[in-house]
Amino acid sequence: MRNVYVLGTGMIKFGRYPDKSVPELGSDAALMAIKDAGVSIQDVELFASGNLFQANAMIGQRILQQIGQTGIPVINVSNACATGSTAFREAYMAVASGMYDVTMAVGVEQMGKQGLLGGGGGGSDPAYATEGRLGSGLMPAVFGQAGVEHMRKYGTTLEHFAKISVKSHKHATKNPYSQYRNEVTLEDVLNARMVAFPNTLYMCCPTGDGAAAAILVSEDKLKQFANGRKRPRVAASILTSDPYTERDLTLPDVSTLTRRAAKKAYETAGIGPQDVSLTELHDCFATAELVHYENLGLCGDGEAGKFIDEGGGMHPGLGGKSPVNVSGGLLSKGHPLGATGVANICEVVWHLTEDDRAKERQVPNAKVGMAHVIGLGSACTIHLLTV
Amino acid sequence: MAEPQKSETTEQPGKRPILPFLKLEPSPHLVGSKCGNCGAVFLDLKRVACSKCGATNQFTQIPLSNKGNVWVFSVIHQSFPGIKTPYITAIVDLPEGVSVKSTLVDIDPDELQKNPKMAFGMQVEMVANVVSKDRQGNEVVAFQYRPIRN
Repeated sequence: MRNVYVLGTGMIKFGRYPDKSVPELGSDAALMAIKDAGVSIQDVELFASGNLFQANAMIGQRILQQIGQTGIPVINVSNACATGSTAFREAYMAVASGMYDVTMAVGVEQMGKQGLLGGGGGGSDPAYATEGRLGSGLMPAVFGQAGVEHMRKYGTTLEHFAKISVKSHKHATKNPYSQYRNEVTLEDVLNARMVAFPNTLYMCCPTGDGAAAAILVSEDKLKQFANGRKRPRVAASILTSDPYTERDLTLPDVSTLTRRAAKKAYETAGIGPQDVSLTELHDCFATAELVHYENLGLCGDGEAGKFIDEGGGMHPGLGGKSPVNVSGGLLSKGHPLGATGVANICEVVWHLTEDDRAKERQVPNAKVGMAHVIGLGSACTIHLLTV
Repeated sequence: MAEPQKSETTEQPGKRPILPFLKLEPSPHLVGSKCGNCGAVFLDLKRVACSKCGATNQFTQIPLSNKGNVWVFSVIHQSFPGIKTPYITAIVDLPEGVSVKSTLVDIDPDELQKNPKMAFGMQVEMVANVVSKDRQGNEVVAFQYRPIRN
């Protein structure tokens, strides 16, 4: 496999864009990445486009119909919340394999004020719908139970989960790309209305719109286009699906596939969790972030509560260590499903290259960045980037 | 001219299970598909193959216990329009090596949130409750769980 570098990135502020279409949002991010890379659309040889809710609507081609119909291969990717990161991986593999030298990945989603996801059942007759009758299949239920499982195993408290929300909201105040930028106190989080125990409102990510893009290149093209600028190498690009576990049939197991992906990512990159300067992980709920500290090896099994109490996950500028989701995470930055995986990679790239777009929240001396995404159903991606 | 053939069955409205793996006769119980090769149990009655070991054509239908233990739960306060909240969702481990998801009844959600430990390992039994009426007038029966009070 050949070395692959992220030459350019682009991202629009996450939020709500009722007057724009999905192809328009994607095009905005794509043009930013193309400009940042210093290439033109004519240079791009393959395009992987990630979008979930309009997966059958040829979003990738429609983006090119906005910004340049060059006739290149387009792959439309859909992989739940891992849609964007899977598109990034397709673009990565196309260069790593030697078949292409310049590729583009875009992740884009428009959710508007869509509410709860998941649940359902019943087919054509609502009398057979299962939500509320056979428990809950809603996303807040799944991740609430993942938190309760950790409480059961290790005595984790509501305060531990709430502290994650306080931390991520604080981080978001420094990120102009974040959908929400308000600070919250521990009391605010604990006293907010309960959505699904133990996650209160501020421990749940919002819905919204967003887009992010990246240009990936081979070493030769890096030399041609980088002009001495520091650009990170993709040291590992891992995708896993959920292996058989007994309870996965009824309670989606978000841990096992993350652990497998992490192990493989560290092996591939030849590094360990202690070498990671910053992590953007899939905090769709505060409970998810807590279990992923352990799944990604940022702390030992059963130690996530202690990790949080000792400043783990907090930006070093705020007195923390092993910074996680300095962007504000999904909890504050937002989670437009298809965009999330590429946006995580943008954040990591900006810290590794000391990009102005992360200026106010720059993690000092960042050398290795990790981007993790879980799509329920299930898919997990982990990307390790190094400079 | 021939009589038009009757397309509708003349069956009287009765009780119908909410999902196929709930059987109402002779008394309400769940059934699973057990892989003859590795023993994995699944809740779908028609399977292509075993997702644990890959074996095909090895499945037998087995009855599942009406009693189990709560693994984890959540209390749902926000749901789709028209669904009454709060309700407790739980994962119940059955002795046959499979888990099911359903609603816990006869427990106060507030009490459970204040003392989550009371649910861990709690022994529960299945109850068959009518939850709705379908378009043909059948009563739809769901399986739910309640604590076994000693």
